[in-house]
Amino acid sequence: MSQPDLAFVRTEQAETLPAPISNVGAFGWMREHLFSGLWNTVLTILGLYILYLLIPPLLNFAIFDAIWTGEDREACLATAGGHVGACWPYVDAKLDQFIYGRYPIEERWRVNIVFLLGFLGLVPLAIPAAPFKRFNAIFFFGIYPVISVVLLTGGGFGHPAWLWALIVLLTLAAAGLALLPVFVGQAKVEDQLPALGMAGMVFAVPAAAVWLMTVDFGLEPVETPLWGGILVTLVIAVTGIVASLPIGILLALGRRSDMPMVRLVCIIFIEFWRGVPLITILFMSSVMLPLFLPENVTFDKLLRALIGVAFFASAYMAEVVRGGLQAIPNGQYEGARALGLGYWQMMNLIVLPQALKLVIPGIVNTFIGLFKDTTLVLIIGLFDLLGTIQLSFTDPKWSTPVTSHTGYLFAAIFYWIFCYGMSRYSLYMEKKLSAGERR
Amino acid sequence: MAVQDGIESSQKASSFIYDPKVRSLFSQAVLIAVLIWLGYSVVQNTIANLERQNIASGFGFLDTTAGFAVGQSLIAYSEASSYGRTFVVGLLNTLLVSVIGIAIATVLGFIFGIARLSNNWVISKIAYVYVEVMRNLPLLLQIFFWYFAVLRSVPGPRESITVFDSIFINNRGLKLPKPLYEPGAGLVGISILVAIAAVWLLRRWARKRQMATGEQFPVFQWAVAILFGLPLVVFYLTGSPVSFEYPELRGFNFQGGLTIIPEFVALLLALSVYTGAFIAEIVRAGILAVSRGQTEASYALGLRPGPTLRLVVIPQALRVIIPPLTSQYLNLTKNSSLAVAIAYPDLVSVFAGTTLNQTGQAVEILGMTLAVYLTLSLLTSALMNWYNRRVALVER
Repeated sequence: MSQPDLAFVRTEQAETLPAPISNVGAFGWMREHLFSGLWNTVLTILGLYILYLLIPPLLNFAIFDAIWTGEDREACLATAGGHVGACWPYVDAKLDQFIYGRYPIEERWRVNIVFLLGFLGLVPLAIPAAPFKRFNAIFFFGIYPVISVVLLTGGGFGHPAWLWALIVLLTLAAAGLALLPVFVGQAKVEDQLPALGMAGMVFAVPAAAVWLMTVDFGLEPVETPLWGGILVTLVIAVTGIVASLPIGILLALGRRSDMPMVRLVCIIFIEFWRGVPLITILFMSSVMLPLFLPENVTFDKLLRALIGVAFFASAYMAEVVRGGLQAIPNGQYEGARALGLGYWQMMNLIVLPQALKLVIPGIVNTFIGLFKDTTLVLIIGLFDLLGTIQLSFTDPKWSTPVTSHTGYLFAAIFYWIFCYGMSRYSLYMEKKLSAGERR
Repeated sequence: MAVQDGIESSQKASSFIYDPKVRSLFSQAVLIAVLIWLGYSVVQNTIANLERQNIASGFGFLDTTAGFAVGQSLIAYSEASSYGRTFVVGLLNTLLVSVIGIAIATVLGFIFGIARLSNNWVISKIAYVYVEVMRNLPLLLQIFFWYFAVLRSVPGPRESITVFDSIFINNRGLKLPKPLYEPGAGLVGISILVAIAAVWLLRRWARKRQMATGEQFPVFQWAVAILFGLPLVVFYLTGSPVSFEYPELRGFNFQGGLTIIPEFVALLLALSVYTGAFIAEIVRAGILAVSRGQTEASYALGLRPGPTLRLVVIPQALRVIIPPLTSQYLNLTKNSSLAVAIAYPDLVSVFAGTTLNQTGQAVEILGMTLAVYLTLSLLTSALMNWYNRRVALVER
């Protein structure tokens, strides 16, 4: 009767077995990502083969076979049957030239100060958490360019009468506009004091800048043909950045304006500069601009290129900013108007702060493009970093078969670090700015 | 009375200087006045400057003999040709490098864009490195690299690298066999066109039949058979009317054959590799923009990854891809002007460069050059807008 109870019931749960070795850890990862099928395995082998073709020669050239010390070309010439890599002593010998061009050696501290100030101005501007953004922006976009011009050129320009006349004329026009309500009997002078203050700024700011440039600080003047290398690259890039942002914003606002003539002018301007290659613009600024100006006005070659680059970058910037303006919902515009704000108040206080924040990644991407495009100035005979490197190949002291490869590798590393850094920053800002939407 | 006074004074308060219409008219009038003054002074200065420098004006120079040779020309050109012909030669060279560059860049971009999303770690990392390196290096540096560093270190004619004894690579360029057409070659050309038309019709018929009956037809295999078979059959029937002239080493250089100049190769490589990196990012973003549900639904219906990509994901991704792709094509065309840095005879190099230096007529020459690029820009964007409208989502 009492048959033994054969059924066995476990009272506790069995130990979990580890996952099969083929599914976890390095092995499982490799199985899934490298050898998940025949096709994938073929691809992996192909990829590894490509890497084998590319990586070892590059490393050999840049590091293992490279020459690290030497005085002149003798060090970098291939010994009989030997394989020679990069000629780094050449870069070392030319490094000062790559940074400053032919800028006089005893004056190079001025360039260093400009680099340092630029760094100190730009870094806090780029860090979202850094305080005093407004002053920082005024410094970087207003004060820094003037200081740089004075330091780099030596300042002490002549007194151009027409410039002063223009400033006075603009000031009078601004004051006239400010006092217009008084003339037509609509307001008292006291009411218009803030507007008069604005008119005073129209005078004070350019006047201060012009005055700074005319004062002789006792700095040795340095002609721009002596500038070169990274100095010229950064001067062009920073000018493009500093000029393109305000002009681009104005153009974008103009393109979305209700006034048909303003809109038309802005559209033509933007589409013209965006439709033609930068190199033709540089040709234009170097060949055609002198024809457009009166006989006695002559521009420096670098300044002409800077004007071309600034307009070119502004047109691209305008399209980026326009994208931001379009992304602001209509309710924001209507709300601002309902509060009784005028056009400029609405733009300054409500729309632009939101729109510009939205397009920071786009702005940074425009800067990356601009930074790469600075190399084009070597075609019109200015010596930026690439131009200086290209020029240094002609030096018989360092003429070897590997000189040009080394020079290009150095340039590539420099440009890559800057551009990749900026693109990482743009990605970081994009993530940070979209944090609000990703709930 | 007092109330009426109040109304009157408040009406008076809205003076014309606060009227938005008046303000807008005034600002526009000022803008136009300033522009007219600027334009007028520019024209005046230019005329005065040209007279002082004794530079001729007008387009008469286009008929003058150019007197310089051009390294590559798609049409007959000699030193006796006119500047007008130089312009056409430059324009054709620009178009040639742009069109081929666009084709290669698109292929590279799609390969690397899809590879970047590959499940295969090695492949996806290679694509990532390609994109990040090429995108972040100046194009001019890349052109210099290919031209001065790579193509210059290729051996001279006597030590040419050779493929099947018919293609030779040396520092004078790339030598290819040159096709010679004999009578009857036209028929082969026609047969190629007929084959293309036949494939197009076959595809339409197959799609119609599949819609009607659900039966599939192996279009791809048939298309390959027709495209290669028909011209081959015609080729042999007409007695092989196309022969090749092979380049031969005579003395210090090659004679005969088709020469592709190193400038072209360097420019083409740099342009397509550079733009390809941008296109790869566009393709990746476009594919990622197609929601994951589409892929999952497609798998649920039983489609394998290949057809899913081809039939579900890519058609939808194209909508996102086309607009930025257009601007990349435009960029490539505009960037082809960097040819001037290595003296590839494109429009900017031979026309805005050499011709400008010889004649000094900056206004006319740069005006024509700018007009060409503006026209190309507008044409491309018009074409792409048309295509974009066609593939755009039709909302019902």
